[in-house]
Amino acid sequence: MSAALEVTDLSTEIQLSKSVVHAVGNVDLQIDLGETLGLVGESGCGKSMLGLSILGLLPPGGKIAGGSIKAGERELVGLREAELQKIRGNDVAMIFQDSQSSLNPTKTVGQQVSEPVRLHRGASRREALDRAYEVLDLVGMPQPKERLGVYPHQLSGGLRQRVMIAIALACDPKVLIADEPTTALDVTIQAQILSVLDDLRERLGMATLLVTHDMGVVAGRTSRINVMYEGRIVETAPTDRLFTAMRHPYTQALLGSIPRLESDNTKALVSIPGIPPDLTNPPPGCRFAPRCSRATTQCLEHEPPLSGDDAAHRFACWHPVDGPIVRRPDIVVHEPAAVVAAKAAANGHHLLEVVDAVREYPVTAGAILQRKVASVKAVSGVSIHLDVGETLGLVGESGCGKTTLGKMIVGVEKPDSGSIALEGKEIFRMHGRALRRARLDLQMMFQDPYASLDPRMRVQAILREPLVIQKIDNHQEQDRRVRRLLDEVGLPANALERYPHEFSGGQRQRIALARALMLEPKVMVADEPVSALDVSIRSQVLNLMRRLQAEHGMASIVISHDLAVVKYLSDRIGVMYLGKLVELGTGEQIYRQPAHPYTEALIKTIPLPDPAAERAKTEIGIRGELPSPVNPPSGCRFRTRCPRAQDRCAAEEPLLRRFGPHHEAACHYPLQPALGGTGDQAPETLPAAPSAAGHGSD
Amino acid sequence: MPPTAPEGGEVQIIASGWRLALREFLSNRLAVVGLVVIVFFVLFCFVGPLVYHTNQSLTNPLITDLAPGAGHPLGTDDNGFDELGRIMAGGQTALEIGFFASFIATVIGTLWGAISGLAGGIVDGVLMRAVDILLSIPYLLIVLVLATKYSATVFDESLIIGLFAWLVPARLVRGEVLTLRERDFVSAARVMGSSRARLVVRHLIPNALSVVIVNVTFQIADAILILAYLGFLGFGLQYPAASWGDMLGNAQQYVSSGYWWLVYPVGGCLVVVVLACNLVGDALRDAFDVRLRRR
Repeated sequence: MSAALEVTDLSTEIQLSKSVVHAVGNVDLQIDLGETLGLVGESGCGKSMLGLSILGLLPPGGKIAGGSIKAGERELVGLREAELQKIRGNDVAMIFQDSQSSLNPTKTVGQQVSEPVRLHRGASRREALDRAYEVLDLVGMPQPKERLGVYPHQLSGGLRQRVMIAIALACDPKVLIADEPTTALDVTIQAQILSVLDDLRERLGMATLLVTHDMGVVAGRTSRINVMYEGRIVETAPTDRLFTAMRHPYTQALLGSIPRLESDNTKALVSIPGIPPDLTNPPPGCRFAPRCSRATTQCLEHEPPLSGDDAAHRFACWHPVDGPIVRRPDIVVHEPAAVVAAKAAANGHHLLEVVDAVREYPVTAGAILQRKVASVKAVSGVSIHLDVGETLGLVGESGCGKTTLGKMIVGVEKPDSGSIALEGKEIFRMHGRALRRARLDLQMMFQDPYASLDPRMRVQAILREPLVIQKIDNHQEQDRRVRRLLDEVGLPANALERYPHEFSGGQRQRIALARALMLEPKVMVADEPVSALDVSIRSQVLNLMRRLQAEHGMASIVISHDLAVVKYLSDRIGVMYLGKLVELGTGEQIYRQPAHPYTEALIKTIPLPDPAAERAKTEIGIRGELPSPVNPPSGCRFRTRCPRAQDRCAAEEPLLRRFGPHHEAACHYPLQPALGGTGDQAPETLPAAPSAAGHGSD
Repeated sequence: MPPTAPEGGEVQIIASGWRLALREFLSNRLAVVGLVVIVFFVLFCFVGPLVYHTNQSLTNPLITDLAPGAGHPLGTDDNGFDELGRIMAGGQTALEIGFFASFIATVIGTLWGAISGLAGGIVDGVLMRAVDILLSIPYLLIVLVLATKYSATVFDESLIIGLFAWLVPARLVRGEVLTLRERDFVSAARVMGSSRARLVVRHLIPNALSVVIVNVTFQIADAILILAYLGFLGFGLQYPAASWGDMLGNAQQYVSSGYWWLVYPVGGCLVVVVLACNLVGDALRDAFDVRLRRR
């Protein structure tokens, strides 16, 4: 039987004005009907270009330089555009990453889903709409009939992604290429979409190519995985063998570099040094050699062929490894700050105390008068505290208010009510000079390393800026500090004269970290510090952050949607949902004995880079979508998606209750009994106004 | 750690942003042609008269409307002025007014837009509605009225043109500042305790500069055209100062008489200079985009 999709020796090149990018080099892969093949790699490794090559949708300047692509019996390379158009969306379909920009905002969902049916099947409007209804139902769209007439902007991200899948499936394709289908989505929605894809593959029996950077996504949903690095497939194996008995050092390091929930966060993550080479001028030998610890001169000079003991498991390496890394290195701390002493000296007073912080953004109507018609409840009465040298993680889906809370803590946003005090002083009530002075102690690290550095300033000026603004030290002394910190974050001294665009994402995040540390703040807020980075770079930055936290002894707040990242960096974790703090505890408490159903669901939905564990998952965690923060549900805000919800949850807002030392959760029907009572009533407070909830510090 | 292998990886040295933009600009053939044309005209208009001496102040009725020939390569006009020399003199005023008016417009527009964008709220509303109102008044009308009221020297003329040409850059800069001020590096500077003035001077204006620079070239082209309209309509510079618009206006009556040398050379110069400015502007825009794309 021939494969549904067979790619042989495919090479794709992209011609730039002066150079040629060898995006895909000599790639072989095949997918049978009913099979899902995973294609894993970091950004820029050519995995998307491979997907686009198959569909003949290469960007301007891109061309297939050699090889063959066969869909069934049909050769796709060299087909005329008109012929390709007949195949695209019909025999071979694609799901793109960004449903926001991939759907046409001026056409209804029904029109968009029925369009391929009308084009390829010559169906009438009526028939095509019937088919659209069918596929929308198939992808699990709630109320598919009504949804035919709505526009994409009226749907949430998860539903839009379902529409994308419906469009791809409308003509019963034999081959489905899913390019990062869930990357833009929250974990709880990601789990839903992945299970839809899985379910559809089983029912429709198509061949699926799942392209992703996330090892967790492919672990439980594929039968084979190809690992791609710099345009080459470096290892291909059945999923289980890839995770348990990988042979390529890149695969090994990639898996070792992912922070895992169950892992010990006193150990460093495996990190791959350096950055991926430039594809316009790839190294002559093994492309991973410059970053590989096992590399020899042979690796640098001769490229290893894709070979192996048996046909199922092949790898391109001269000095293969045997299975995953067992022992991970300790975190090396150069000069730990006297945090313990400082902690003792603080005697009972918290360094930072947030009490009942509320922030609402007005929704206005009218162009001139801008009447306030509603408000987005970003943060609704959150109380947390932070001690000297401690790291608190904040985790939650997008829109849960974690970033707003972080911005209020550093004083970029002002709370509408409540108090935020650093060492007893409320920053947001300060003005002018006092505020500027107070800023010394609070620094922030931003999510997007591309946006957080001024593109018009050299690194030296960027790093010196905080000192200049705060008028600290003279020019020479500032220079010395800049150089010292640059060295601490692992960048060469020649970086000082360069502009931000000359650095890779990971390097920029190092610069951003150095800038945040420049003022020796007492509290640093890191907002999604690694979510914009590639997996191999992510572990470098995480290790660096952990080391510097210890060396500088500052307290920090780490905000992320990724529980594993937060757990790796933090002492305590706060779980937020729709503007509320629902659970607070140490990393182990949150992970081992979650009390709140949301926390439990969040843990369950995280895709694990472990095929056995992924397949063992039976339920998809949380159903439904995040409710609108403009009109949050009454009572417990999680009740609309909670499997344990009862009438009481709608009527009465749960307060934070104690479940152990440092462990609190706000739930009427928690997963474990609360301390001091069966949980009918909070110990000392009566259920009162919503803003009174979340009163919880030691 | 050893200085040879920094943990964060070596820095890949790419050309600086401006150099990258310059390279992209120079790879655009039309842009280089445009630049060469502008340089040529600057030399032609300002250095040319030093080499090619002509009488441009005293009329000479004996040699009016001569066809091109010996002594007068482009002939003479109805006042007996040498046409080639007059094109040079008219080019001087065109370029001077073009540069000066665009300078005025850019300075006012940039400040107006930056303040409006950064301040937001009511200030922004008032400043921008003012721009809207001014934009809705026919521009040429105001300039014509003012041009007749005041003596038309090069300085006055550029002031008048400049004072009404800043509306577009003001809008552009405001738009740019609105997006820039939400960027993380501006928030980062705020978190460091930066003052507003520093934000504007160190972060917002340098980053909005590329938009402004592109706009300057279009402003120059526009100013030269406006000047030509004014001249053509008879509201140009005071005699004996020359401008291309005046020359075209005067030539209008002779078109039917077959005095082509009074129309086509000067008209051609006008078209070529304006086109060159626009080509340079377009290429600059592409060049700055490239810098942002390869960030």
